[in-house]
Amino acid sequence: MHMQFVQNVPFFSIMLCMICGIVSAMLPSRVAKWVTVALGGIVAALNLWLTFFLAGYGQSYVYLMGHFPAPWGNEIRAGILESVLAVCFSVILMLSMLGGMSKFEEQVHHGKQNLVCVMLDLVLAAMMAMLYTNDLFTGYVFIEIMTLAACALIMSRQNGRTLVSAIRYMIMSLLGSGLTLLGITMTYNVTGHLLMENIQETFAKLHATGQYQLPITVIVGLFFVGLGIKSALYPFHTWLPDAYGYSTPTASAVLSSIISKAYIFLLIKIFYRVIGIQIVMENQVLTLAFAFGIVGMMMGSIDAIFSHDLRRMVAFSSVAQIGYIYAGLGLGVHVGYAAAIFHMVMHAFAKSALFMSASALADASGNSKRFSDLRGAGFRHPAAGVCFTIASMSLVGVPVLGGFVAKMYLSDAAITAGGARMWIMLAALAVSTLLNVLYLMKTVVTLYRPAREGFSAPAVKRSWRTEIALWGFVAANVLVGLLADPLMQAIRSGLVMFD
Amino acid sequence: MKASDLKNRFHRWLYEEDGSELDRELEGALSNPSERMQREIDPETFARHEAQADEKRHELLMEEEKNYRRLHDWGMTKGSRLVKNAYRAAAVAVLIAVTVFLIRTVIELPPFGDPNNLYNNEVSARYIEQGIPETGAINFVAGMILDYRAFDTFGESTVLFVAACSVLILLKLGEHEKGEKPTPAMLEAEYDDRHHEPKNDEILQLAAKILVPIVLFYGIYVVLNGHLSPGGGFSGGAIMGAALILYLNAYGFEKASKIFTFKTFRWVTFVSLMTYAGLKSYSFFTGANHIESHIPKGTPGAILSSGFILPLNICVGLIVMCTMYAFYTLFRKGGMK
Repeated sequence: MHMQFVQNVPFFSIMLCMICGIVSAMLPSRVAKWVTVALGGIVAALNLWLTFFLAGYGQSYVYLMGHFPAPWGNEIRAGILESVLAVCFSVILMLSMLGGMSKFEEQVHHGKQNLVCVMLDLVLAAMMAMLYTNDLFTGYVFIEIMTLAACALIMSRQNGRTLVSAIRYMIMSLLGSGLTLLGITMTYNVTGHLLMENIQETFAKLHATGQYQLPITVIVGLFFVGLGIKSALYPFHTWLPDAYGYSTPTASAVLSSIISKAYIFLLIKIFYRVIGIQIVMENQVLTLAFAFGIVGMMMGSIDAIFSHDLRRMVAFSSVAQIGYIYAGLGLGVHVGYAAAIFHMVMHAFAKSALFMSASALADASGNSKRFSDLRGAGFRHPAAGVCFTIASMSLVGVPVLGGFVAKMYLSDAAITAGGARMWIMLAALAVSTLLNVLYLMKTVVTLYRPAREGFSAPAVKRSWRTEIALWGFVAANVLVGLLADPLMQAIRSGLVMFD
Repeated sequence: MKASDLKNRFHRWLYEEDGSELDRELEGALSNPSERMQREIDPETFARHEAQADEKRHELLMEEEKNYRRLHDWGMTKGSRLVKNAYRAAAVAVLIAVTVFLIRTVIELPPFGDPNNLYNNEVSARYIEQGIPETGAINFVAGMILDYRAFDTFGESTVLFVAACSVLILLKLGEHEKGEKPTPAMLEAEYDDRHHEPKNDEILQLAAKILVPIVLFYGIYVVLNGHLSPGGGFSGGAIMGAALILYLNAYGFEKASKIFTFKTFRWVTFVSLMTYAGLKSYSFFTGANHIESHIPKGTPGAILSSGFILPLNICVGLIVMCTMYAFYTLFRKGGMK
């Protein structure tokens, strides 16, 4: 089969990110920052090109990494779902770096800024590799890279809170990595393969003959718990609020929108392409995912309501939104998976926008953590105010924006699933939406109320980079809603290509 | 709690008002005192009201204090012990359950060494049977990790690079030029180092004088023969790193920085990783696009054979060596000088 040049894009994206990461360690900080921004843009453009090609091509293809075909050599695989997600995540990285750049310069030790850029570049590399990998072990190697880079990002701004939360994150995340590795080891032991297609074939045969039932159940459980811990699923989220709340805004945005999403995507990929979605759907582990997801939806929102700090509130809201995604997975129907992926994309855009605008708003209010000082911040920093409002509206589920569509697809999936899960999911969606309104819309209202008496807003130097990034986030969030239909089409056909 | 109280609290939360009712009244009174002054109050009634209010306040205060003390004491002694013990018991129970469950699973896994196991399949067969003609490396493991699955190994080398960079972010104290004043953190690190580490230990120096060259050359041998005998970049690099650490321990930072500085670390890591990336990008690109690759495999068994495996082993070895040495120096003193 003849290869077209555009089919090299997955390889180019991964290699380009890794090379930029390696080179950034040698570059002066002021160049390295722009390399990261440019990298996000270039990778997004390349993958957009690939997306248009794949839309016409109509199927996925494998790409040999070397001269030996899989299962002997390494290979990667590209489908339309992977390329669309690659575009989304690289755009988020670009905007997060651009928007957080002035804070980044202020909060990160000057001599170490280029090293933090190394971490950002390698996070994108790991994201690309996890999207495109067709091999379980390649996936694990990049989990390791992402884990270490995430720790470094949390402690990029060094104060007591971030150091403690980096340690906490490292312990929890390494536990997650360990469980995932255990799952991979058991999978290899039972099937003798690391290539996703071959494992799935063997699992299907074993399932038909009824062999190794217990190990297979345990493998599903290990992958779920391992990657669940790493993506901050509800009972495993204790590392999250401090890590997201006190690091640099860029780090918070990247952690919540790229890193935790990468693990969720990898879990979905493992469910579909490694274990086989039929086996997963018969497994009781999904009930656990559903239960954790539902509890997370509630508890995350309740914690967010009771937090007194804007950034921490946004961080807790992540727990709730991750709950939505896992509840979608736990429904055990194909549409549930598509809805979960759509929710993942929507949340990635909205959450990075919230972190970025929250930091700009706090800046315009004298870096205060109190909500009462945030009154009128929407007038003091219009771009951040609009960005925060749009992203909040999207998360709450105001029609036209992405969150509305995501919630609609999730309820649709719940109705398809039927039974008790339908009622629980619908009730949870309704209650959780109300809770979302309570804390997000309250904050939006606060932003546009007249300032507290006697409060004098400090003069803030506006940065054009932040301004551009904030408007970029506004556009991205609106676009996710407007382009919901083609996006969902791509996700659906991508999931079909998974089989 | 009364319903009106709850309502008030909700109202305050919704409108972002801090503090209690009393605080706000006080604030209001302070902001426009004239209004208060104008109000005519009968002094007798006022005094009676005040006295009543004082008494009530005092009662409330006493009760609050009593409740607080009771709760506080309970929380500090009985309560905390109860929670701690329950927590410990739950943790132990969960761990035992997981352990039993996992052991139960392992028992069900295929028996070790059974020829009918599924992992004795075409994958390992080809590595063993075709490994030498296809990669040119006598050491199958080198052929597997640096040719068949070279992409994974590039990832693994990058893991080391990321780890080194993370430790740099956390612990590096910054270089100071000659004539510049060192920061307090640097002085402290220097003091700690002088205080706790041996200086000019003659026995150590004599041992190092003999051992360092041997260990270093052995490491180089293991790296260069990675494609011929067991070993390779990862193990050889670790040996070379150990030699450097021994040298540093015996002779101190001043002498060690004559052969290995932060600059050396940066450049060696950079050049090694870029070489790896460059060489493998060439073979990934040609492999995927079905272009003939013109890399001679050489005669299996010769030192210059097996295509890219030898240079890749050297790159990996250098990266491992640099990372080990960097970890040691950063954890000890936060720098390489």
